[in-house]
Amino acid sequence: MVAHARADHPDEACGIIAGPEGTGAPERHVPMTNAARSTTFYEFDSEEWKREYDRMWDNDEEVVVAYHSHTHTEAYPSRSDAKIASELGLPGAHYVLVTTKDPETAEVRSFRIADGVITEEPIEVTGAPEAVQSYKFAHTPDSTVYDCH
Amino acid sequence: MSIEVRIPTILRPQTKGEKLVTGEGETIGELFTDLDSRYTGLRARVVTDEGALHRFVNVYINDEDVRFIGGLEAKLADGDSVTILPAVAGGM
Repeated sequence: MVAHARADHPDEACGIIAGPEGTGAPERHVPMTNAARSTTFYEFDSEEWKREYDRMWDNDEEVVVAYHSHTHTEAYPSRSDAKIASELGLPGAHYVLVTTKDPETAEVRSFRIADGVITEEPIEVTGAPEAVQSYKFAHTPDSTVYDCH
Repeated sequence: MSIEVRIPTILRPQTKGEKLVTGEGETIGELFTDLDSRYTGLRARVVTDEGALHRFVNVYINDEDVRFIGGLEAKLADGDSVTILPAVAGGM
């Protein structure tokens, strides 16, 4: 997600991580085209989104993570992010925000968005936490929880 | 004439949890009116009071986004598959 956000900077990047329905497991990363090609707005390309949705439908998958980047602001849902997601969004998805405003350090945060309410949630990095922020640790843990509180 | 309609998660409360429903109509507009007779409130989530598609909903006939083929006036044929999707979007 961070690599995608960096690659598309200064435009906003967007995409999903799909996983088997009902498991909540994010397994298949799908970078999407930002049809808005904008530094301040994103929208899934309509045709591409339909293709990916068909694939998920056939595989009994769902959107586990819906992510997008902010290129000049915090990794926090904007007013329009929350409004659009509440009106007609992906109620089961973790909305992940990546900010690329700092060229050295990317910030990644995760939220639930429903009925206009934004709730931040912790992120647990498993598998290769050293790839993320090893400098923080004297050891290499198997998993790292980035708590939001 | 029977049209299959794929319902996104966020609209399944309107279809009693069904992800796939069937409806009838010569056009997308008629289809939503027909669906609303059984799934009350579904139409209002997709169509505005002014009678246009909501800005952040995508409706497809087979693989075609109906915005490019007449919107609510887009014609349906027997056996078509309709998909409703949130237009995942946002901005700073």
